[in-house]
Amino acid sequence: MILAKPGLDGHDRGVKVIAMALRDAGVEVVYLGLRCTPAEIAAAAVEEDADVVGISVLSGAHMELAGELLGAMRAVGARAAVVVGGTVPETDAQLLKAMGVADVLPVGSGLDEVVARIEMVASEPAGMS
Amino acid sequence: MSNRLAYDEATARLEGTRTDSSIEVRPVYTSEDLPGGAAALDGRLGLPGEAPFTRGPYRSMYRGQLWTMRQFAGYGSSEETNERFKFLLRQGQTALSVAFDLPTQLGYDSDHELARPEVGRVGVAIDTAPDMERLFESLPLGEVSVNFTINATAPIILAMYLVAAERQHVPYAQLSGTLQNDILKEFLSRKLFVYPPAPSMRMAADVVEYASENLPRFNPISITGYHAREAGCDAVQELGLTMADAVAYAAELVGRGLDFDAFAPRLSFHFATTLELFEEVAKLRAARRLWHSIATERFGAKDPASARLRFFSGNSGATLTAQQPYNNVVRSTIQCLGAVLGGAQSIHVMGYDEAYELPSEEAVTLALRTQQIIAFESGVARTADPLAGSFYVEWLTDELERRAREVMAAVEEAGGAVAALEAGIPQAWIAESAYRIEREICSGVRPKVGVNIYEDDSDRSDLRLFRLDPDIGARQIRHLETHRQTRDRAQVAATLDTLARDLRQGRNVMPALIEASRACATLGEMSDVLRHEFGEFKEPGLW
Repeated sequence: MILAKPGLDGHDRGVKVIAMALRDAGVEVVYLGLRCTPAEIAAAAVEEDADVVGISVLSGAHMELAGELLGAMRAVGARAAVVVGGTVPETDAQLLKAMGVADVLPVGSGLDEVVARIEMVASEPAGMS
Repeated sequence: MSNRLAYDEATARLEGTRTDSSIEVRPVYTSEDLPGGAAALDGRLGLPGEAPFTRGPYRSMYRGQLWTMRQFAGYGSSEETNERFKFLLRQGQTALSVAFDLPTQLGYDSDHELARPEVGRVGVAIDTAPDMERLFESLPLGEVSVNFTINATAPIILAMYLVAAERQHVPYAQLSGTLQNDILKEFLSRKLFVYPPAPSMRMAADVVEYASENLPRFNPISITGYHAREAGCDAVQELGLTMADAVAYAAELVGRGLDFDAFAPRLSFHFATTLELFEEVAKLRAARRLWHSIATERFGAKDPASARLRFFSGNSGATLTAQQPYNNVVRSTIQCLGAVLGGAQSIHVMGYDEAYELPSEEAVTLALRTQQIIAFESGVARTADPLAGSFYVEWLTDELERRAREVMAAVEEAGGAVAALEAGIPQAWIAESAYRIEREICSGVRPKVGVNIYEDDSDRSDLRLFRLDPDIGARQIRHLETHRQTRDRAQVAATLDTLARDLRQGRNVMPALIEASRACATLGEMSDVLRHEFGEFKEPGLW
């Protein structure tokens, strides 16, 4: 899977911890780093043929950034499911799922839970809504 | 799990004998644990306000001046944040602390493509000097001390602040406050860098040099371990990395030919205070002793003020939880108490709801009340360094100092703070530590109430969260367009040319930035000149 920090936010503790946990769970992870544009993430998803793309946003800009990413992925025909982590209030989580995000893992999700839910998303039939 | 079982498990874990920094501690300490025994303590410690300042930077400590209550605040445009500042001052806050939005911190105007989703979100949007004027509308800058959490664009923000002071007819010499201006920790942990490390260091040093000549009451840098801690390192690493950065800044300034005593008295520091109460107090005491040793032995300080460490403490957001959020009020109380017992000059307390959003007015008021209750009801501020002489705390202070010196030695071995950062070495230490902590929470080795013990499924919908006005970005962009239209374009272009010339000629960046700010050049325009001269930094991949 692909992990990335879109937008300008620099909080990368969570995304790195999750990258390490997924790697220990045997998942092949590519972490793209900070300040990725939606187009860069979508291109990487195609190039790596990723099952899942995970983005981490702690600045509050998750709605805009997730929307832009979904658009960019459709544009390049990326098949990966999108998972969003960060400071996402419950009401926004519902909206994100309605937009086509496969799962939302807000601050406070346990490490094992995050790994299990990402693996579940990865095992679901491909194709975004 | 039943509560009975949870209790048994939690107390079993209490037998875990290591601190947050994995220091093995014994169930009880005696004078035999101190070098030279209790009798040697007075001689080793001295009094508060005396070298090596273990016991505090000032003799009378909080009797002379209580710590400054400085809640970090900012969102939306200048008008919204000005209102929040006035609200906080009405509630009894004694100084201001500005949070800037991400575009302002990274040198993009609010209408830049990358800026649009982030305008006004995690702090206030500042594009021009008139924005800065509005931020402090009716707040006399000669009287109110202001902290600016700004780093990559710190010289520009300082220039705009100086212009705002001019418009209030306040002489520079009256300005008091702190500019964070610690770019090394951005590369290390906070990650809001723009330019490569070398020119970034040059500009940070330009600011300190300019302030040492023009701003006698202003702290031009706050050397910060807080963000490394928040990013996951432990107290020992936090202390060692902060001191390694302090050495790098001091060496840069001395390398320019500046006298250490000309700038060192205005260096300030910023540490986290987390929940491991005694270790945190020991860390803060050890920090003062370590800085005294570095200042006098390494840099030959002659002025005692050059070796006297003063610090701001922020409570740790990373210790707070989304689960059972009201528990965070209790956690913050312990952390604030730790900062006070450690002798902080200035304190910020987190809002209990910050796992969800920026703090609501209710949460930020409660955070301020936490400080006020500790200050005025608990009596802990009455006596300086009240934990001095505790066998445990003194032993732990020695231990923190010793271990932090090992971290400093490891940084030196990697070629110093800048080279170590460029190689990604301390970043890897922080990431490994963060992963260890998270695994310990997950496995239950590290008890966390409401997370891995005493969990419940309580509904959190009663939290009244802060909501940002969705029109904020559009409003800020209208402000920006107005300023762009009404200014003298030729003058803006001339000041930006002067800035580029000064950069190429190696002059101090501040005078040209002040001129450009006076002419209403935007933060993005000035940053573009810097980007053009210096290039941009891309973080090396860790994997």
